[in-house]
Parts: sequence; structure tokens; C-alpha cells
Amino acid sequence: MARTLITVPRTARRDEIIEIRALVQHSMETGYRRSSEGDLLPRDLIRRFTCRFVPRVAANSSATSTAGDLIFAATFHAAIAANPYLSFNLRATTSGTLVFSWEGDNGLAQTETVSLLVA
Amino acid sequence: MQPSTQALQKDDTQNPAMLWVKAGEALWNKPEGAAAKSCASCHGEIGRMKSVATRYPAYSSTQAKVINLSQQVNLCRVTQQQVSQWPAEHESLLGLEAAIAKESRGLPISPPTQSQLADAQTRGEALFNQRIGQVDLSCRDCHETLAGRKLGGNVIPQGHATGYPIYRLEWQSVGSLQRRLRGCMTAVRAEPYAHGASELIDLEAYLAKRAAGMKLETPGVRP
Repeated sequence: MARTLITVPRTARRDEIIEIRALVQHSMETGYRRSSEGDLLPRDLIRRFTCRFVPRVAANSSATSTAGDLIFAATFHAAIAANPYLSFNLRATTSGTLVFSWEGDNGLAQTETVSLLVA
Repeated sequence: MQPSTQALQKDDTQNPAMLWVKAGEALWNKPEGAAAKSCASCHGEIGRMKSVATRYPAYSSTQAKVINLSQQVNLCRVTQQQVSQWPAEHESLLGLEAAIAKESRGLPISPPTQSQLADAQTRGEALFNQRIGQVDLSCRDCHETLAGRKLGGNVIPQGHATGYPIYRLEWQSVGSLQRRLRGCMTAVRAEPYAHGASELIDLEAYLAKRAAGMKLETPGVRP
């Protein structure tokens, strides 16, 4: 499990533009480096980051989507530094849940959720 | 230090060392060993560690020598939690040390007044002024005489160890002051002292005396 540090304001006003920050602990090993013994260090990269927004479903309406809307995505390559940090903006329209996910080599699939309250 | 690096250090939501601090804070409350004791079992919540990091390295009467904060953490592990110590530069050790030191952020570095510590500081000062390696440079040559000038495009700092453990961009991870000192020794083509060697502790003790009164800024970010 990679450690993450996600910063999202807990509450926002309707139509306010909020900044979202996501930091993840990961070595981002390129696969080109060698160890002190001369062995090639196996490649270990985060390949893709996505952030989805799942609106809170009102009790009386039928649920439309649980996957949510994609609000930000990034594809990572070998030149990205270790412990990648991303920041992006979102216009807050309704309350809901932000779903952050990092996927990569060696079966990395980490998902973190943060709830957002729009007043 | 460039403004962009300073900005990275000042903002806890951007500072990558906060990942280690967060892990350290979790370790603080995690019971370990046969006695199932956590750091919090004896010390209470981590907030009570305020100002502790400003006093290390310090003389330990039980060990009859000067020890630094990471050695104190390992000492607690062996004597109180009854588990094996972490090796030097272990991720958990750095995390716990960073989490403890963060509680003292903004407080002045204040080495205690102890005769044994004063001896270590004197030995450390001699090492600081001693020319070493094929390049034949002492710490003082760069970090006092030439401080503020350039080396390989970077400004030579005054060598005040106020932010350790630091996240070093070159390492792309958190590391201790001893790792930094050993790096400098390799750079001047000297044989570096082993991790935990008394010479490195003496140097740490002198650096703390030299930086006394400066504010602790752990977790620091350095280029």
C-alpha cells in the first residue's frame, strides 16, 4: 500500500472552484538504473492516475452511476520524479465523493476516497 | 535555497516529507514487541514531544555516551518495546524521527549543558576543521570560508543542520543528517565514517552547537 496525502477542502460553496492536491509515496523506478552491484533495477512505475467525482445520490432518485465522472487523469512515464504530486481544480456543484486512484506496475492499484460537502 | 524549494518545504500539503511524518505518527501509536507497548504507552500523545528534538544529540547517562535522536528511538525499541532496532536509514526510523522532530518545528535549537556533550562538541569542531580526502577540504573550507559562493551551479550553504531528517530532491526520499555528512565525505573523496560512528555523532553535536538558537524546521526540503 502506497501512502498518500490528499488535500481537499471539506466544504465548498456552490460553483466555487476548489483546488485538489494529491501526493503519493512511490519510488517511480525507471528500469534504466543499476544497483551498486551492477544489477538492473526492475522498472516500477505508476502508470495512470485518475480522479472521479461521484455525486451524492438523493434518497428518492434512482441511482444513475456509481463510477462517477472523470474530472482529472494523468498518464505517467519514466521521467516523472519519485513521490509524484499533482494539483488540479474542480468546480464544486454538488456534494459527493472524490475517488482517487493510482494504477501501475507490479499490480499497483490504490484507491482513496474523500467526501466533499457543497453548501 | 531556491524560492521554489522553500515553498515546497513551507506547504505541508506539498512537502513530500509529510508522507514520512504521517507514517511516523502512525508508528507512534502502534504497539510493538512482547510487551505490546507503543511510544504513546509511555510518552502519551506525540504533541508532548514538543521541544525534545531541539535538545539532541545529548548525553545519555544509561549509555554513558552522546546519542542522537534516532539512537534514542532505537534505544526505546530495545529497552522498552523489546524489539530489534531499526537499521540506519530505515524508512520507519526516519518517519518516526521526522514525526517527533516536527513537533518542535519553529523552536530554537538548544543543546543541553552537559560536560560530556561539551567534550563531544569539541571533538566535533576539530573534525569540522580537519581537512580530509583526496580533495583535501574540511567542512569549514566550504561551509564557512566559501559559503554563499557557487559549487556546480548551486549556492554553498552555511551548513546549518536545522531541518533533519530532510527530504532531499537528489535522493528523492527522506534521509538523515548522517547520510548527508557521509555524502559530503564521499564527495571530497574521503572514507566516510560508518553509520552511527562516534565521529559522526561528535560532528552532529558540534553542528547543533553551531546552529544553537536557529529555528528547527523539520521536515526540511533541500535540493
